Amino acid sequence: MKARLHVLAAALLLVASGCSAGSSASVSAGPDTLSVGFTAEPANFDFTRTDGAAIPQALLYNVYEGLVKLDSQGRVVPLLAKSWTISPDRKTYDFQLQPGVKFSNGAPFTAEDVKFSLLRVKTDWTISIKSTMDVVDHVDVVAPDHARVVLSKPSNGWLFSLTSRLGAMFSPSGVADLATKPVGTGPYVVAARKRGDSVVLKGNPAYWGRKPAYSTVVLKYIKDPTALNNALSSNGIDVISAITAPDSIPQFQADDRFQVVQGTTNSEVTLAMNNARAPLNDVRVRQALTYAIDRKALLDTAWAGRGTLIGSMVPPTDPWYEDLANVHPFDPGRAKAMLTEAGATNLNLRLRIPNLPYAVSAAQVVQSQLADVGVRTTIEPLDFPAVWLKQVFTDHDYDLSIIQHVEARDITTFGKPKYYWGYDSKRVQQLLADADSGTPEQQVADMKQVARQLNTDAAADWLFLFPNVIVAKAKVGGFVRNQVSESFDLTGLAPR
Amino acid sequence: MTAKVLRRVAIFVVSVLVASIVVFLFMAVLPGDPAQVALGVNATPELLAKTRAEFGIDRPLVTQYFDWIGGVLHGDFGRSYVTRDSIGPQLLDRLGVTLWLVGAGMLVALVIAVPAGTFAAVKHRKASGAGVSGLSQIGVAIPAFLAGIILVQIFAVQLRWLPSGGWTPPDQNAGEFVRGLVLPALSLGLVQGAVLTRYVRSAVLDTLGQDYLRTARSKGLRPGQALVRHGLRNASVPVVTVLGLQLATLLIGAVVVERVFVLPGLGSMLLDAVAARDLLTVQGIVLVLVAGVLLVNFVVDVLYTVLDPRLRGS
Repeated sequence: MKARLHVLAAALLLVASGCSAGSSASVSAGPDTLSVGFTAEPANFDFTRTDGAAIPQALLYNVYEGLVKLDSQGRVVPLLAKSWTISPDRKTYDFQLQPGVKFSNGAPFTAEDVKFSLLRVKTDWTISIKSTMDVVDHVDVVAPDHARVVLSKPSNGWLFSLTSRLGAMFSPSGVADLATKPVGTGPYVVAARKRGDSVVLKGNPAYWGRKPAYSTVVLKYIKDPTALNNALSSNGIDVISAITAPDSIPQFQADDRFQVVQGTTNSEVTLAMNNARAPLNDVRVRQALTYAIDRKALLDTAWAGRGTLIGSMVPPTDPWYEDLANVHPFDPGRAKAMLTEAGATNLNLRLRIPNLPYAVSAAQVVQSQLADVGVRTTIEPLDFPAVWLKQVFTDHDYDLSIIQHVEARDITTFGKPKYYWGYDSKRVQQLLADADSGTPEQQVADMKQVARQLNTDAAADWLFLFPNVIVAKAKVGGFVRNQVSESFDLTGLAPR
Repeated sequence: MTAKVLRRVAIFVVSVLVASIVVFLFMAVLPGDPAQVALGVNATPELLAKTRAEFGIDRPLVTQYFDWIGGVLHGDFGRSYVTRDSIGPQLLDRLGVTLWLVGAGMLVALVIAVPAGTFAAVKHRKASGAGVSGLSQIGVAIPAFLAGIILVQIFAVQLRWLPSGGWTPPDQNAGEFVRGLVLPALSLGLVQGAVLTRYVRSAVLDTLGQDYLRTARSKGLRPGQALVRHGLRNASVPVVTVLGLQLATLLIGAVVVERVFVLPGLGSMLLDAVAARDLLTVQGIVLVLVAGVLLVNFVVDVLYTVLDPRLRGS
């Protein structure tokens, strides 16, 4: 049968195109070239003025480096800062810098650049996460290899945010055209860009640290999940950075040519409830909905059973993680009783979701399970991001929604009453503030309190934690299993 | 003849202008705020206002329109909200990819349709002719993306002869360029070829029944010779019309095929730009596509008069 298929295919090809059959379709140029497939393409290279995950995913730690970075366990570790000390009042940070670091345009990296980069966030950045830097009071250049940052109040969140794009180090001589010409201190430089197709990174010959194993990395952008899988199967790429079609995973697991690496992310798939509006301003109604949904069954349907049930806004890689998945176990009988008690019978709720596959399939499960306890829901898929952002996120025009919250430590959003959750708890706000200013031990204790309080209040229903599933050729090793930073870290990848 | 062409040119220009207004208004009423999409979650009202001003979308619609169309008339399509690049050069680049795809698809279609359609017409009383007609019926029913998926499964995933997608510019590596274009062109062309086969068949059948062909045969030409010398040119008039109409379908098919095969053409650029509410880019692409379709109609009209001298008089 296979032979006949070959003959038929060859005949078709020869007739239709005159192309010589039998050659290999591989595009990998050599052993030191790696080709990685992504679904979301960076709009440009300027993450100081354009939001979204795709730009830091490609550039952070690879082209741009910060003083510190996150390791795969979620710990803050040194990068451009060799070490640092924190004053007893937790407001002054002294960073000792790596010697001999150069930007890719040749300029040396010094404490002046630290000052320039950190203060520039306040003045030139236009994306909203920049507000984490508001706490910086001033930056002193103590010596070329010693920068001192003084905060206006203690903030644990600030040091953590330095591991994100907010901490990226720029040179004053390298910010003229950030959208097209990034200049960083990282192991790679952007060598070429084909819009709608790929970005090519080449090894930075003047890199200060250990040179990466692959001297050329092609970042291929393939939006369609099937096309992405096909590209790997047909040797077009070597790695799928994150699988977006979970049903295809067994096919790769069954094939010796490939390996599947699974870890966790920071991305909580959340059933958001509009806490500010009736009937969901009643904690009993929110708890009832939480009891009514079988999250295990939902995970099986929406993401082929991969992913983690966590029951809170905290992924396992955060230091204050606790398993809260079973605080509100699946109990439709109890859900019905609570709804009756709250006088919330005959509910009809608008479930307004982004038109993304995971949200659509999760919404159908939510709808049918809520129907079992007598709650009717109308699913309204909204064009993402444009319409969802405007109507649900900004205008708060929804009862329920389902969306991935991808940012690290975004549990702090429950401290903002104006956020689209509509959740307003003085206790949680106080605990979050205390956690940010306290010692690391206090931070852990307070954050646990926050997570438990949110769970008790059923401020949302955390359906599951999105898994990080990388599929790669068997010969590639060194992947960061858990996706905890904003970066797709290429620096540790190596043939094995 | 000159007056006729001039009139067609005037109609062409007015149509493009009307289209530009329609496109612009469509974009203006599309829900979603480009500034919000660019800024993402947690965007503050101040940042939103600042970004709207930077994009120029806080000005009256009429001002925005005249600014835009004024620029386009000078060849300046503006700068994208999202990529911060000039749209014009990017458009040209992407148009190049789409034109290669549509051109190659059209070639595949013609290579299939002209012989198959002629064969089906000449043998229309025989089983073989009916067989070709039947095959074309099946081909018409298969959408281009499905053809693409099947071709990728066979030639890229199973046999690994050809890439499953991606684009290599012809000046960079001609061999890779051709290899990358084969499957997309086939998926676009097979379906179009099936559609076209039916038109060729009926056009040739029609021609076969004409008096002048009988005359030619009575002078001793065999049926095939008579058809080639006297019939095909006449049969080509309706076929050219259909080709012109089909080109619009091909462009739409190209949008889908570009997504399946990850080709950086106008179609994938359009889908991305719509999702990001990159209004200026969407306007630019749609205007170019509309102008392209109108241009094809214009060329078809002119071609008529070349192919059929009888139409030159009026």
